[in-house]
Amino acid sequence: MNNCIIEMKEIKKYFYGVKALDGVDFKVRTGEVHALIGENGAGKSTLVKILTGVYQPTAGTIILNDKPVQFPSPQISQKAGISAIHQEATMFPDLSVMENIFMGHHIRNKSNGLLSWREMKDKTQILLDKLELDIRPDTKVNNLSVAQRHMVEIAKALSLDAKVVIMDEPTSALTLKEVEYLYKIIRKLKSEGKAIIFISHKFEEVFEIADYFTVLRDGKYIGEGTIADITVDKIVQMVIGRSLEQMYPKLEAEQGNIILKVENLTKIGVFKNISFDLHKGEILGFFGLVGAGRSEVMQTIFGIDTKTSGEVFIDGEKVYIANPSDAMNLGLAYLPEDRQIQGAILAMNIRENITLPIIDRTSRHIFLDRNKEFEITDEYGKYIEIKASGWEQLVEDLSGGNQQKVVLAKWIATKPRILIMDEPTKGIDVATKATVHNFISELAKKGIAIILISSELPEILGMSNNVIVMHEGVITAKFTREEANSKKIIRAAIGSISK
Amino acid sequence: MNKENGVLDIKKIRKISLLNIIWQWETILLFIFIMVAIINSNLSPYFLDYTNLMNTTFNFIEKAIIALPMIFVIICGDIDISVASIIALSSVFMGMASQAGVNTFGLVAMGLFAGSAAGFLNGFIITKFGIPAIAVTLGSMSLFRGIAYVILGDKAFTKYPPSFAFFGQGYIGNTMIPFELILFFILAIIFGIILHKTTIGRRVFAIGNNSTAARFSGIPVNRIRLIIFTVTGLCSGLASILLTSRIGSTRPNIAYGWELEIITTVVLGGVAITGGKGNIFGVVISIFIIGFLKFGMGLINVPGKVMTIIIGLLLILAIMLPELLKRLKPKNSFENVKK
Amino acid sequence: MKDLFRKREFNLFIFILFIIFGVSWRTPSFLYINNFVDILNDTAILSMVAIGQLMIIVTGGIDLSVGSSLALSGMSVALLNQYHPGIPIFMIILISIAIGLLLGSINGLLVSRAKIPPIITTLGTMSIYRGLVFVLCGGTWVSAHEMTEAFRVFPRRSFLGISSLIYLSILIVILFLIFLNLTRTGREIYGVGGNKIASQYVGINLKKIQYIVFTLCGGITGLAGFLWVARYAAAQSETAIGFELQTIAACVIGGVSITGGSGTIIGVVLGAFFMGIVYNALTMINVSPFWQMAIQGFIILFAIIINTVMDKRNQQLMLRKRSFNE
Repeated sequence: MNNCIIEMKEIKKYFYGVKALDGVDFKVRTGEVHALIGENGAGKSTLVKILTGVYQPTAGTIILNDKPVQFPSPQISQKAGISAIHQEATMFPDLSVMENIFMGHHIRNKSNGLLSWREMKDKTQILLDKLELDIRPDTKVNNLSVAQRHMVEIAKALSLDAKVVIMDEPTSALTLKEVEYLYKIIRKLKSEGKAIIFISHKFEEVFEIADYFTVLRDGKYIGEGTIADITVDKIVQMVIGRSLEQMYPKLEAEQGNIILKVENLTKIGVFKNISFDLHKGEILGFFGLVGAGRSEVMQTIFGIDTKTSGEVFIDGEKVYIANPSDAMNLGLAYLPEDRQIQGAILAMNIRENITLPIIDRTSRHIFLDRNKEFEITDEYGKYIEIKASGWEQLVEDLSGGNQQKVVLAKWIATKPRILIMDEPTKGIDVATKATVHNFISELAKKGIAIILISSELPEILGMSNNVIVMHEGVITAKFTREEANSKKIIRAAIGSISK
Repeated sequence: MNKENGVLDIKKIRKISLLNIIWQWETILLFIFIMVAIINSNLSPYFLDYTNLMNTTFNFIEKAIIALPMIFVIICGDIDISVASIIALSSVFMGMASQAGVNTFGLVAMGLFAGSAAGFLNGFIITKFGIPAIAVTLGSMSLFRGIAYVILGDKAFTKYPPSFAFFGQGYIGNTMIPFELILFFILAIIFGIILHKTTIGRRVFAIGNNSTAARFSGIPVNRIRLIIFTVTGLCSGLASILLTSRIGSTRPNIAYGWELEIITTVVLGGVAITGGKGNIFGVVISIFIIGFLKFGMGLINVPGKVMTIIIGLLLILAIMLPELLKRLKPKNSFENVKK
Repeated sequence: MKDLFRKREFNLFIFILFIIFGVSWRTPSFLYINNFVDILNDTAILSMVAIGQLMIIVTGGIDLSVGSSLALSGMSVALLNQYHPGIPIFMIILISIAIGLLLGSINGLLVSRAKIPPIITTLGTMSIYRGLVFVLCGGTWVSAHEMTEAFRVFPRRSFLGISSLIYLSILIVILFLIFLNLTRTGREIYGVGGNKIASQYVGINLKKIQYIVFTLCGGITGLAGFLWVARYAAAQSETAIGFELQTIAACVIGGVSITGGSGTIIGVVLGAFFMGIVYNALTMINVSPFWQMAIQGFIILFAIIINTVMDKRNQQLMLRKRSFNE
């Protein structure tokens, strides 16, 4: 290849025997915006982490400027001119903008070897000016908005004189205006000959900004090409690998009475005036970008957070939920987004996990009854088809999908009437995903009211009876299944229509 | 090839290795205990004497009684270094009450109340403001003992009613078994049952392993932590009653530095300092190891200050040991399967 | 350099002025220059060791062994001076620092290599080092008449009316101001404490930083050991018992976050000075010294609670501000 800056060949990465990447090829040229596309769990982040030296590949080669290289640590990858803006927070909140930019490669005064803050400040100012950012170099990162933090990360990449800038879902927390601005910056970087790897599962963005694309699915290389020569449908086909109908069980919606009514729920600075109704047997989809406030709304309803104002009614009666245990007594269950931190207790076994919320029901007075725990675990474990050698197996030894099933079993065992699911299929394999979708339909059929938070549009469109879209803490649109389509939903989610 | 088989293998190996670890740790402890006993009885003919053995328990049972709730504190992922100061505080309050002519029953009530109140204050600040337990108990450690100094200065309370002496000096009937020892065993059984056989214990382990997930599962995390700190204060108050009764006087430096030995005992007993893991049985063995070790050293006239060196070394070694064992083992078969 | 003097430090500064004003109203002699020099002398050792403690707390650790290592290095050089009076004073100082560095590096190795949590490591070494002091001296004292003149008067030697003790503490403050603010390693200490994962991404060696902070704290403590026994002209097995609490108190009062990531030298020095003023004022208004410990405990709790509450309020304010910006 003539102007390939990076070429990754036959990259494989196994975790505990699970193939996260299975022979992926990936080429990036200078001066191009290269979209890396795939669903959650397709292997995009793993590939990026290999490129940035966070992970070591199990097999395969990386070629940088026609020379084979290895990146045993993030720093070496950085020195080679590769810089990533990670999804998770990699900032030092108590330190200033300039310090965040220069941490790890502070500029030293040549004469005495001490740090030269003035030079760093000047350089930071130049970078901030270039990015047209109106913040001072000595502002603490704590005091910046999410978008501004992203920009600081970009400034950091520039300060390292990166040839390749990787942006992992950079727009997920940005407003439309900020996204436009980010595009401007990306075009500017491109014109300077930098290669940009742009990771996204939003096709609109890809078609707007990218020149070239590579598609991954289930850890495998699916295809690549120029954006100009491809249609959205074709890419969707490549990403999903099948049509939507195949994936989502059709619903025979038989909705009952209103079971949950939320009125003007507000938490200052997080979300405001959230109102909606939920019926028996309904699957109510909540769509929005990361940071839109969906999880926060649900956690407030479930009693994990406190509200500023607003009311919640169950079966027409006003209820006061001060903590999760109140919520559970009212028949609510909340399957949290982060299964490893909020959902499962990894160092405990499956039985202990599944019976944790209902431990009072499986015990005699306060004394544990392991036989009864086993019975219940067996019942729900088999029902949800958890694949494990036994119910005494530790949850940390299960695959991601089975961990998620444990959390699901745990909440279904509470026999909820209202089940809130926060990104229930995030980061799990396709087969498990399908099982989870089947269960959601089945539960709804039994009359359980379900709230489904998801950032995957096909999932929302495929599963929900009704869709609510949130943007920056407010509900921007409500659609019925018939009204909803991806364009409308996306537009509402990025805030381009005001109610 | 067969996935099921692979899973089964992991399970088998894990079960064995888990059993191994539990076994190993407890066997190691039992082994150390026997070693201590053998060495002691060789060093001094007085060691294996029934009366001597019983009487030496006076020297560590008060600490042991605080070690029991401390297991809960540490499994929850917290720590309480103010316990020795709570002893001083309770003792001073009992002393004041005694000066004022309060009877034995009143003194006991006073000791227990002062201890619980101090423990509650710790727990309240920790859970209400979300401040790490180490920082809060560091401050209250100084505050509680400081109050004892404010009240007592360089004086001492020495006037206690004669019947008060039973708690720290009495024996059960004519058996030569100290009341303290029996009390400890009863408490150990109660705490053991709570930790291992009840829903409370299960919740405590859940909190220690992952407090966020525990909270999301409807467990009142902060309320349980508050109760545990209060009970720790209560047990410190109880220990204060026993100690004050035994030595018959209160000085503000009473029980100085005990927190170190109590935490050492718990950690040596196999409770993970990072929380989420531990059991009562290991801690009970470790209580007697440290107690008899010190008794033995006392018999051969090792000064108390030197004993603290050995306790300190034990603490560090006890924590290093699992890590060292892991490194010494060539390649764990379980890890191979995992990869 | 701007957050050298953050809001928190400024508040503390105002608070200190307030106390000075209040006390001197009742006891005018409190305001005498000599009294302030006394306070500086009393807090010099505390400020130095608190700077060592600061570095450890910023990385998310804690050092409970400083009182014991101070006593051990102090006792070692006191005995050395007693039995070899010919050793020049600067050698004594170097040896004292070297012993402290050694003790600190043992802590550092246990934390960074054996991965024992700092609190447990130093709880253990606290009693080991304290026990060793006893072993060294066999339970006896090294008292004033057993020390050489040069040894005893060193901290008191004055130039322009200010003692060498104060000069040394100023030197330590300046050295560590430079270290923490103008060297890469110094900034990496803040990085490690602020975000461990992020600091690994930018290639900071966590083990190295942990080892360095414990060792440096040990070094300062070693120097303080000599100064302590020389100033009080006595070394015994109870020297500086409970001193670790005072250093932690100075940090907490000075606005150092107990969970790591933030804290400044100026804040810590002000914190130490604040404690000195409070103790001095108590004596001035004739409060029994037995109040010291209780007041120290109260101040620690009060400072931590205030800091936590203020942080939470700031976050709330930020949220509100953002929601109004929409």
